Amino acid sequence: MYHAIVFLPLLGALLAGYFSLSHRHAASAAVAIGGVVGSLLLSIIAFFDVAVGGNAQTVDIARWIVSGDFDASWALRYDTLTAVMLIVVTGVSSCVHIYSVGYMHHDPARGRFMAYLSLFTFAMLMLVTADNLVQLFFGWEGVGVASYLLIGFWYHKESAHTAAMKAFVVNRVGDFGFALGILAVFALFGTVQFDEIFKLAPAMADTQVMFLGFSVPALELVSILLFIGAMGKSAQLGLHTWLPDAMEGPTPVSALIHAATMVTAGVFMVCRLSPVIEYAPVALDIITIVGALTAIFAATVGMTQFDIKRVIAYSTCSQLGYMFFAAGVSAYPAAMFHLTTHAFFKALLFLGAGSVIHALSDEQDLRKMGGIWRQVPVTYAMMWIGSLALAGFPFFAGFYSKDMILEAAFAAHTGVGQLAFWLGCAAALLTAFYSWRLLIMAFHGTPRASADVMSHVHESPKVMLLPLVPLALGAIFAGFVGYEMFVGHDYQQFWGDAIFILPEHQAMENAHHVPKWVKLLPIFLAASGVALAYLAYSMMPSIPGKVVSLFKPVHNFFFNKWYFDELYDAIFVKPSVKIGALLWQRGDKATIDGFGPDGITAMVLRISQSASRLQSGYVYHYAFAMMIGIVVLLSWYFSGFGGN
Amino acid sequence: MADWPILSLVTFMPLVGVVFLLMIRSSGPAADENARLVAIWTSGFTFIVSLLLLFGFDSSQSGYQFEEFATWIEGTGINYHMGVDGLSMPFILLSTFLTPFAILASWKAITNRVREYMIAFLVLETMMIGMFASLDMLMFYLFFEGVLIPMFLIIGVWGGPRRVYAAFKFFLYTLAGSVLMLVCMLTMYAMAGTTDIPQLAAFSFAPSLQTWLFLGFFASFAVKVPMWPVHTWLPDAHVEAPTAGSMILAGVLLKMGGYGFLRFSLPMFPDASAYFAPYIFGLSVIAVIYTSLVALAQSDMKKLIAYSSVAHMGFVTIGIFSLNEQGVAGAMFQMISHGLVSAALFFCVGVVYDRLHTRDIDAYGGVADSMPRYAAWFMLMMMASVGLPGTSGFVGEMLVLVGAWQAASWVAVFAATGLILGAAYMLWLYRRVVFGRAVKRSVIDMPRLEGRETFIFVPLTILVIWFGVYPSSLLDVMAVSITDLLAQMEFGAQTASALK
Repeated sequence: MYHAIVFLPLLGALLAGYFSLSHRHAASAAVAIGGVVGSLLLSIIAFFDVAVGGNAQTVDIARWIVSGDFDASWALRYDTLTAVMLIVVTGVSSCVHIYSVGYMHHDPARGRFMAYLSLFTFAMLMLVTADNLVQLFFGWEGVGVASYLLIGFWYHKESAHTAAMKAFVVNRVGDFGFALGILAVFALFGTVQFDEIFKLAPAMADTQVMFLGFSVPALELVSILLFIGAMGKSAQLGLHTWLPDAMEGPTPVSALIHAATMVTAGVFMVCRLSPVIEYAPVALDIITIVGALTAIFAATVGMTQFDIKRVIAYSTCSQLGYMFFAAGVSAYPAAMFHLTTHAFFKALLFLGAGSVIHALSDEQDLRKMGGIWRQVPVTYAMMWIGSLALAGFPFFAGFYSKDMILEAAFAAHTGVGQLAFWLGCAAALLTAFYSWRLLIMAFHGTPRASADVMSHVHESPKVMLLPLVPLALGAIFAGFVGYEMFVGHDYQQFWGDAIFILPEHQAMENAHHVPKWVKLLPIFLAASGVALAYLAYSMMPSIPGKVVSLFKPVHNFFFNKWYFDELYDAIFVKPSVKIGALLWQRGDKATIDGFGPDGITAMVLRISQSASRLQSGYVYHYAFAMMIGIVVLLSWYFSGFGGN
Repeated sequence: MADWPILSLVTFMPLVGVVFLLMIRSSGPAADENARLVAIWTSGFTFIVSLLLLFGFDSSQSGYQFEEFATWIEGTGINYHMGVDGLSMPFILLSTFLTPFAILASWKAITNRVREYMIAFLVLETMMIGMFASLDMLMFYLFFEGVLIPMFLIIGVWGGPRRVYAAFKFFLYTLAGSVLMLVCMLTMYAMAGTTDIPQLAAFSFAPSLQTWLFLGFFASFAVKVPMWPVHTWLPDAHVEAPTAGSMILAGVLLKMGGYGFLRFSLPMFPDASAYFAPYIFGLSVIAVIYTSLVALAQSDMKKLIAYSSVAHMGFVTIGIFSLNEQGVAGAMFQMISHGLVSAALFFCVGVVYDRLHTRDIDAYGGVADSMPRYAAWFMLMMMASVGLPGTSGFVGEMLVLVGAWQAASWVAVFAATGLILGAAYMLWLYRRVVFGRAVKRSVIDMPRLEGRETFIFVPLTILVIWFGVYPSSLLDVMAVSITDLLAQMEFGAQTASALK
């Protein structure tokens, strides 16, 4: 059974790919869905066995890379952390698979699409069941490739394959850190296997290692390098630029990969490595700060965007920031809790947005929407549920998990914890604001789409609406149901050995005893955000324009995504190609060849021309050069080595 | 079976095909077809026989296997001595495996002097196998140099418009290096009185002499690898060579340098190897970063992949001179993997070149529309080239980095930037060639892959994935030889320091 969870989707992907070769799209869809749903059912059993029953286990498969002491083998690790991820991954994936049947109905390559989705699911499952860092890296890169293939699925579109490449390369920057982290771990611990690393970590707390000529604390180095990998995959500030562009992919992809599962891999990794990171206080602070900054940064950008999917993408980025700063204050269970609830409501929002886009004949610009809520009532309701959950309204899923994070940050009683708390609160206000801005612009007001488009507005087919139901249920109830289990007083019993928190890191305990105002503030802020959105976009539509013109520079700064893309283009992208061309022309051609073969050839030509006068015959240039060379070398040999 | 001279059989079997080819007297399409068939049957049969080596090889055993020994020149210490260990066996199989596919790849592309072309290829095969199987320094040298001649002809006769320039550049560089190596070999013979490689490996050269000998061999091997800054022959040679020539050049010939380091430099000059390791790290790191950047700037598909080869071979030299188990194993693995992947990538270029007769990236765009399955093979090989886990490309790079970090962390840090740059230039190439909408008439009309071409992709793909998922099948073959090599270096270094 524990093999089948991971390998059923792979089987589904292979068969779906095979059927798509002969355009048997229905068969492709059937096997792909069969594989993933089968995996979901088994995952539920596994969840009760492993997480609820406390029966963690590891399944060995085969040797992989074994050389000397280096041993990275295929094995599947099932503990609570894995079990939670299994539910999230296979659950959302099943919904998205079914939804895609409707959404991609007109696409001539939909069989291939299903194969990619299943392939992604397999890679993601390998990632969450990894038993060592190298296998984690396998899944990590595997989801990266699947993401690349799916973002660039409509490869005719220039913007799509540009975005696909950008996603891969930016992720590679993170992987660079990840790979170095693996090397550092092996050099330090002599193993890459999780259990052995975790066993040795406490003893390494004070170890220093030499890195690039500096003596640095070993575990800090390891943690920070690995966190760079997490930043890339989870689109944290600095390495986030690929995520909004990734929205070029079909919407089901955005829901599955760029909201619910792949982008949370970084959070998962940090939680998985908690037994190491706990001993690296500086790394924890860095994680907190990066997470907090990302939360607020992405929220500021999100409220200025007009592409419906980009708004949600920035929202994802922002919510991932919450998860990271929760992990940074050692509230890993809170991070995982938010990861789980977020998966439901964000997938719901994306699929709902896809439904809107579908209804409006592939229109994504909020400025060309509006006034359609009566025609698409189910979608409208789903978007409301998703937004309520995202904004953290009482008794919706986000309410429990986001508040827990903010409370934990507050309760950490550290400087960075306070920073994270206040930035998180500010982001909560903005979250509610942009969510309702989106709702109002997309569904209310006067229709801004062309009459032709408006005449075609229709509710999505059942195959697209049904998968929204379980996600909506999750968005409503996941928080309420999961609270006690994930972050309640007995959270340690649930997580078992999967998450380790040092006794002196008290954020989780103290989060339950924060002042009343800390609990109420986020709700108040969320309500204010909604009110502001109604004020600005429904009651007095002139406000946004005025605010924009009043704060022109600030708005431009936010609207242009803090100019990260332009900055990177100017610093990295353009110079690399220029330096490459320069090295090629000046380095290879002018210098190396100029002094090397071409130079020698020219010289020999000159010499042999004068020599040919002496010999009055044609001397073959290259042969002559060789002869001179041999003579010189032989004489050097006989004279020079005589002494030895 | 153990008494059969299997190694000699494998080595010289292609020459039997050459004899048959020489007997073809007529000309015309029928004779050309005959020549092709003789070549493919010969190389295919050679491959099958070479499998005997694989199945008969005992990977738990130290030392050489399938040894053959005969006195060659009486009383001189020069003998006919062949044998394989875990370091050379994979290369022999790589050579025998790639040659039939290279011949198949030139099935339609070569229409001119087919018989001579096939002769050149079969001779090349003999030379390559012989070089890896030789356990006598003189034999090694003869084969090592002998490889040059057929390759020189393949580039110079069947190459592109600037073939003569490229062929001579290739010849000049490699021969210049070889001359220095020959001098060193003479010195070693004078000192040790034998050309037997196992005996030379056990012989302790004085540390001061080691330095010079190391540099002499280095000159030859560094050109072959090629290392920066003696790499500039490679892009020109690849660009002008016919597809099959590039496949063998990148697939096998580049590995002669790496193999040479492992067979000669490390065991015979352990002190000098350790002494020069940091310098080689420096050159290799430059190679990785420099050539990756240069690859970004290319507009010629073959040149781009040629430069990427230099970057990948930079990993190989880093791994070898990490002088630890993971580094050397990684380097070996990277060489085999690169042999498969780069051959496949050059074949990818060849496939579209055969259709459009240009290597200019801008002439393509939207190939996925006209050749969807080709797009899939190309994608897979590209991912293997950028070191995606699950393909063979990852295992080698990972082990090399593991080894490098233990030797010196800065090397691993700089080398790992190759992960980013490699992805950048390969994905950019792929995007410009395969993605987009096919708008050019010439691209829209490109015929789909034919059976022969698919037949070449399938086995390469299977191996690339097999080695990516279950690399132990290769790592285990090499493990004992690598352990022995490192132990011998340790021992050699101690003896040498005792001599000081």
